[in-house]
Amino acid sequence: MALRTLTRKTLGGVGLGFQQLRGLQTFSLPDLPYDYGALEPAISGEIMQLHHQKHHQTYITNYNKALEQLEDAMNKGDSSTVVKLQSAIKFNGGGHINHSIFWKNLASVHEGGGEPPKGSLGWAVDTNFGSLEALVQKMGAEGAALQGSGWVWLGVDKELKKLVIETTANQDPLVTKGPTLVPLIGIDVWEHAYYLQYKNVRPDYLKNIWKVINWKYASEVYEKECP
Amino acid sequence: MVATATSTLLTSSFLPCQGLRVSTRSLQWRKNETNCTRKAGSRIITAKLELRPPPYSMNALEPHMSRKTLEYHWGKHHRGYVENLNKQIMGTELDGMTLEDIIIVSYNKGDLLPAFNNAAQIWNHDFFWESMKPGGGGNPSGDLLELIDRDFGSFEGFVKEFKSAASTQFGSGWAWLAYKANRLDVGNAVNPRPSDEDKKLVVVKSHNAVNPLVWDYSPLLTIDVWEHAYYLDFQNKRADYISIFMEKLVSWEAVSSRFEMAKARAAEREREEERRREEEEEQSANGEPVEMYLDSSDTDASEAE
Repeated sequence: MALRTLTRKTLGGVGLGFQQLRGLQTFSLPDLPYDYGALEPAISGEIMQLHHQKHHQTYITNYNKALEQLEDAMNKGDSSTVVKLQSAIKFNGGGHINHSIFWKNLASVHEGGGEPPKGSLGWAVDTNFGSLEALVQKMGAEGAALQGSGWVWLGVDKELKKLVIETTANQDPLVTKGPTLVPLIGIDVWEHAYYLQYKNVRPDYLKNIWKVINWKYASEVYEKECP
Repeated sequence: MVATATSTLLTSSFLPCQGLRVSTRSLQWRKNETNCTRKAGSRIITAKLELRPPPYSMNALEPHMSRKTLEYHWGKHHRGYVENLNKQIMGTELDGMTLEDIIIVSYNKGDLLPAFNNAAQIWNHDFFWESMKPGGGGNPSGDLLELIDRDFGSFEGFVKEFKSAASTQFGSGWAWLAYKANRLDVGNAVNPRPSDEDKKLVVVKSHNAVNPLVWDYSPLLTIDVWEHAYYLDFQNKRADYISIFMEKLVSWEAVSSRFEMAKARAAEREREEERRREEEEEQSANGEPVEMYLDSSDTDASEAE
């Protein structure tokens, strides 16, 4: 387990634990703000534990490794290696970014998970999609249609001040779809996110996850971009 | 895959017809004949692809691949691809084509058409089930082993490369052992000294539904590394799944027989090309102009004048 610094800084509203190691910032697994079983029955404790302790941790481990190799290559002026490492950084760094957001997108029912958005975000949802049901339906359709592995996002275009629904492949962060896009809610549709519980029935997962979506966090991010 | 036809209208005479072919170089993996019926005068052809079961029962690969996995992987995922493709192609130009042709057409040189995912995944899974057998594993032998030694240094060298490809395929996809006949595919350009050295074994990986057919390679072996292939049995431990696959599941008989077919196909193609070259030489020797490939821009320019 990587050592954690005593003070935890948040980067852009997302809790990315990092530490200094030989001048290079590396990262560590952020704690979940809830127990593994807290999101049942929408998402099983077994999945949450594997997802957090194995999948997310592996992205972080490999991200740190790639960053160390990158620093080394940059110091040596080894352009070949610098370029070669880009995909590992994208995969694993993207995996770390996306999952860090994901844990904050979820909350137990007791802590407000599933409660519809109020305030300006609630209003924006109705304006952009007609209703929350319409948004849920559209994200469900996009998520189900995504082939292979990836994410379905609700984002805000911080320039146009519009809500958007987007998908990204593999661990590509939302920003790869547009530099002005800020993620509000990301739903992981990699099979590891649901398979043990939902098997091949991804649409059921996409329907049930809304019961534990943390709209409070999404509102915070939205209000920051659209004050 | 065997395609069976259903007629949608009532009529009198039925004429047998060939599955539509799009390329002269159609790949014959198994005798994938499309049986279809054409209604006289009405030109409606429908064909339904069927879900082919693995050549063993659902629990035959236990404990290395559980019955539960087979039931979901074959019974839900693979079946889903078949049902969805049938719905997707009904009444379209793809209806009635062989599966391989649907794959090549919908691959569309990388600009994937909607049917590609389902079609290729059907083919990939058929190929995957047949790449395994109960009591599998062990080592290849004969010509195949010789070529593995030549192209990978040793069997261990091959296994290392194959495992690496399978574990570094990020996201969903497949890892393959394939036979590649290196041919120049440019009009007018000819490999001046074709030899057996040009034909070799390669390990490749592909994402999502892509398979080496679209690169004109001959697949010999595959492992499915979509998470649904191993998650029930191994959860996140893909490396363990890959190891068990190599040690306990691979059917080297299947790989060898595919290899023999691939060699035969490559030899046949060489003979065809040789024949074509000889014809061209004859033509130019007789003073007839050899066919030149013109740029479309050349013709446009001349027409503009």
